[in-house]
Amino acid sequence: MLSVLVFAPLSVGLLLLLPRVPDRAVCWTWVVVSAADLALVVGLWIGYDPAAGIGYETNVRWIPTVSSGYHIGVDGLSLPLVAMTSTLFLACAVYSLRQRHRVRAFVLLFLLLQTVSLGLFVALDLILFFVFFDVSIVAMYFIIAGWGHGNARRSALMFFLYTFLGSLVLLLGFIGLYLSAEPKTFDMVQLAAQAPLVGQGVVGGLVLLALVVGLAIKTPTVPFHTWLPPAHSDAPAAGSAILAGVLLKMGTYGFVRIVMPIMPDTWRRYALVIVIVGVVSVIYGALVALAQTDLKRMIAYTSVNHMGYVVLGVGAAGLVAGSEEQARTLAVTGAVTQMVSHGLITGALFLLTGVLYARGGTYDMAAYGGLAGPAPRFGLLFAAAAFASLGLPGFSGFIAEFQIFTGSLDPAPVPTVIAVLGILITAALFLLALQRVFLGGTKAPDGRAVGDVTAVEVSAIAPLVLLALVIGVFPRFLLDVIEPAARAVVELVAR
Amino acid sequence: MVAALVALVSVPVLAGLALLVAGRSANRIAAPVAICAASVALLLAVLVAIGRPAVSSPLLAGIEAGLAVDGLSAVMVLTVTAVALAVTVFAAAEVDARYRFFGLLLVFVGAMLLTVTATNLLTLLAGWEVMGAMSYALIAHHWRQPRPPESGAVAFLTTRTADLGLYIAAGAALAGGVGGLALAELPAASSGWRDLLTAGVVIAALGKSAQLPFSFWLARAMDGPSPVSALLHSATMVAAGGYLLLRLEPLLAASSWAGTVVAWVGVTSAVLLGAVALAQTDLKQLLAASTCSQIGFIVLAAGVGGTAGGTLQLVAHAVTKSLLFLVAGAWLTALGSKQLPALRGAARRWPLVGLVFAAGALSLAGVPPLSIFFGKEAVLAAAAQASPALYVAGLLGVVVSAAYAAAALAAVVGRPPDDDTLYDTELRGTREIPTLARIPLVPLALAAAVLGSAAEPVRAALDATTEPTPTLTEALLSGAVSVAVVLAVLLPARAALRGDAVLPELPRVVAACARVGPLREWLGLERLAERAVATPTLALARALSVFDARAVDGAVWAGAATVRTAAQLADLRVEAAVSRSVLRLARAAVAMGRLARRPQTGQLHHYYAQAACALAVLALFLLVVR
Repeated sequence: MLSVLVFAPLSVGLLLLLPRVPDRAVCWTWVVVSAADLALVVGLWIGYDPAAGIGYETNVRWIPTVSSGYHIGVDGLSLPLVAMTSTLFLACAVYSLRQRHRVRAFVLLFLLLQTVSLGLFVALDLILFFVFFDVSIVAMYFIIAGWGHGNARRSALMFFLYTFLGSLVLLLGFIGLYLSAEPKTFDMVQLAAQAPLVGQGVVGGLVLLALVVGLAIKTPTVPFHTWLPPAHSDAPAAGSAILAGVLLKMGTYGFVRIVMPIMPDTWRRYALVIVIVGVVSVIYGALVALAQTDLKRMIAYTSVNHMGYVVLGVGAAGLVAGSEEQARTLAVTGAVTQMVSHGLITGALFLLTGVLYARGGTYDMAAYGGLAGPAPRFGLLFAAAAFASLGLPGFSGFIAEFQIFTGSLDPAPVPTVIAVLGILITAALFLLALQRVFLGGTKAPDGRAVGDVTAVEVSAIAPLVLLALVIGVFPRFLLDVIEPAARAVVELVAR
Repeated sequence: MVAALVALVSVPVLAGLALLVAGRSANRIAAPVAICAASVALLLAVLVAIGRPAVSSPLLAGIEAGLAVDGLSAVMVLTVTAVALAVTVFAAAEVDARYRFFGLLLVFVGAMLLTVTATNLLTLLAGWEVMGAMSYALIAHHWRQPRPPESGAVAFLTTRTADLGLYIAAGAALAGGVGGLALAELPAASSGWRDLLTAGVVIAALGKSAQLPFSFWLARAMDGPSPVSALLHSATMVAAGGYLLLRLEPLLAASSWAGTVVAWVGVTSAVLLGAVALAQTDLKQLLAASTCSQIGFIVLAAGVGGTAGGTLQLVAHAVTKSLLFLVAGAWLTALGSKQLPALRGAARRWPLVGLVFAAGALSLAGVPPLSIFFGKEAVLAAAAQASPALYVAGLLGVVVSAAYAAAALAAVVGRPPDDDTLYDTELRGTREIPTLARIPLVPLALAAAVLGSAAEPVRAALDATTEPTPTLTEALLSGAVSVAVVLAVLLPARAALRGDAVLPELPRVVAACARVGPLREWLGLERLAERAVATPTLALARALSVFDARAVDGAVWAGAATVRTAAQLADLRVEAAVSRSVLRLARAAVAMGRLARRPQTGQLHHYYAQAACALAVLALFLLVVR
């Protein structure tokens, strides 16, 4: 079942290689496959029992010589991300209906990306995880280099080399885990049960360093974030949405899925470092975003800020001494919620910048002004997404950030008090962006007429904002799934 | 009854969202929809005020979303919905872009209703923040001009700065053992965390209620349409800050410092912002500063444990101030100006409107037996019990309040100017006040006049019968002070009441205070915030941005460049050297090969000779080795 979900997009994509499929049919095929995948996820969601731990498990022999298996399954950490991924890919599929340039290759790459993204979140084996992790980089490289604009090749190359380097470091960490396990295995579930590096100071520290650096590059946290702004500003809108919405989550997901359960002892020892990295990312990302004049770069930097909250939450969960379990569970639940929330909201924001680029041909905020006049619905959608991103109650971001702050204050009071300032700076920068682009006297590059959002664009973007709203008002359906898994992670870390 | 409570919050919010999503096509029906929604909300408020329902549902792990109506909430929901209805009706005669205005207004009111019925910090914070965001959008209503959006941003960012206190308070409550974040249980938090919790709550409340040092955002909020000011400054937004402190009075009382700090901030704001009000030559700015001053009394009440007095003051101020702002807005629309010199004679030009303004101004002045007199009296009685110094400071606040309210009144009486030169400075006036705009003024004026009689019901509703009531001496003293100050300001203008005297453009007390720069400039708080916070933050952001591009990104590229240089080096030096040595080796091998071929002559006697030589060498070797 899960394998069908994962490999359906790629299989259909390969079918599209058959000659003489018209471009429009290719686009619609992508929409249909994504919709079917999403429907499948909804079915899986309904059938999943959160109390049962890992569901829909498949475990077959794959590379027995290194005890690596094709082991997949979903639990409360991965199911929400799988659902978010399917939703975002569907939104991008709808958004890309107007794609005219080398359509078939574009769609094929996205379908490949969809398969590897879903595969990564359901993988329960380190090698499998690593394969998906790496292929995602390759696919995204081609999307940026092939369909980007501006300095796309350079940005794509930087993205590729930087994140590929990260994945190699990550692989070193995985090998470290494999070698320290007894019996040796790459299976995450077995490794988590063994917790192989407990009590091994230096080796544990080195393996943790490799894992954390590898994941931190992908997340990205300060100071490993500089590949992100150029990659975003030169990528096509759908590519940016997937890059920020899905690919960044692979980093933070690695923390809760791999590092925390398998290395509880080491995680606890270095939790304060993680917390500090998180807080620095929060404040630094927000401040640098505040200084941007390019809308897309600005949103890219807010991703550094938002991922910083996730890192803060998972770090705080490692500060076990003297804090309540309720607080730490809230922090981890908030971190996972933030991954989902950020995927939806930033996905929407990047698609909206795509709308802007399609109208004016630039992301420079100074080139625009007063767009709320000619394009009121565009303004409303952007304002809704911006307020969602700055953590307004009623949207998913608030549910996530409130949990992270409330849960982290007990284990890490001073860092959390500093991190809270992040939501103020984010508020300032989004108001500034709204003011520059949408309010004031109407202005557009070269005096072009700016049309409002089209029906296709609305049907791609509005559902994302709406979903963020639904999670913000009725979060139980999501939290019912996340909470048991978050509690399990907290217990694993505390053992 | 539970459904009524849920509907009380959700009806305005859903109606507002529907209008916003419907867009321009809803312009025509926006006002009727809003009036209907506000009326339904008022009806539901009456229902829940009688029924006192409570409802909660799970939201986060261990933290529920809870709504409940107790005595204080009952008073608040009635006040909020009543004022909201009045403002909505008034706005129906006034504003443009109606779908957006009424949509935002309804969401705003719904958020305030959520705030005042919330039973825990999470629910309260949700309403609290949404209200702030809506205030941004409402203040920025005229978004084509540069200033209103900026003012909205100032208001939102200032209040959100303070709101961070609530985020921290929530974490502190959890850490202090109040897992459900219930407001009623907050005083039971463990002591260290409780101090942090209290500090967070106090900062958030002071920010929202525009007390010192946050007051300046309220001045900027004046750039919104008048109905927005009327709502923001009366029963919502600023009132939310006062409400939170009244609601959490037990928390303040549980700490050794919070009550004192809050009381003194409140009374200082009452006096200083009252002086600021005296220095304003713009009616809306005068009223805005007076809001800070009057809310100061509510904050003072919370600090000294006079919740019933504070609540009465909140209600009396809400109706009075919404009335005054609506009248100011009506004059602004009609005359195109809100400058005091231009408003000379406005009261006489529209007598009914002038009369209700006079009622509001006298209530604001604390003249007995109008409503605010009773509110202030009850607050001062509680202050007197807590500390004589606070009482004296409070009396000073009464003096200033009477002065600015009387000054506002004095500015609008008299004979209207003969020509229109002072009019239409801010917008093109219509020279008329439509009937629809007058309708809500009358009930508000009546309420502003008689709500003082609600003192006992409010005490009963809050179950605060043991709170000190004003003694006769205190009441006489404060009433006499108010009346004396009002007379002192108004007497020079008495000739104007007959309509024939030529008066100075500004009441004397205003003219005198307006010469004091800091008072005119709201104590320079906005400039301070700009210079001490906003500018350095932006400068830091730009510096970090440069740092990010040069140092962080630069380091990555330097790393890459190093690898490249190493590669080039390897290519040029190492690679060439290796290649050279390989070639040399090859040549040597070739040479050796040639050398090795030389003995291969094919002639047998050469081979024998070679074998003999080799044996000789071998023998020699053996000899040497042995």
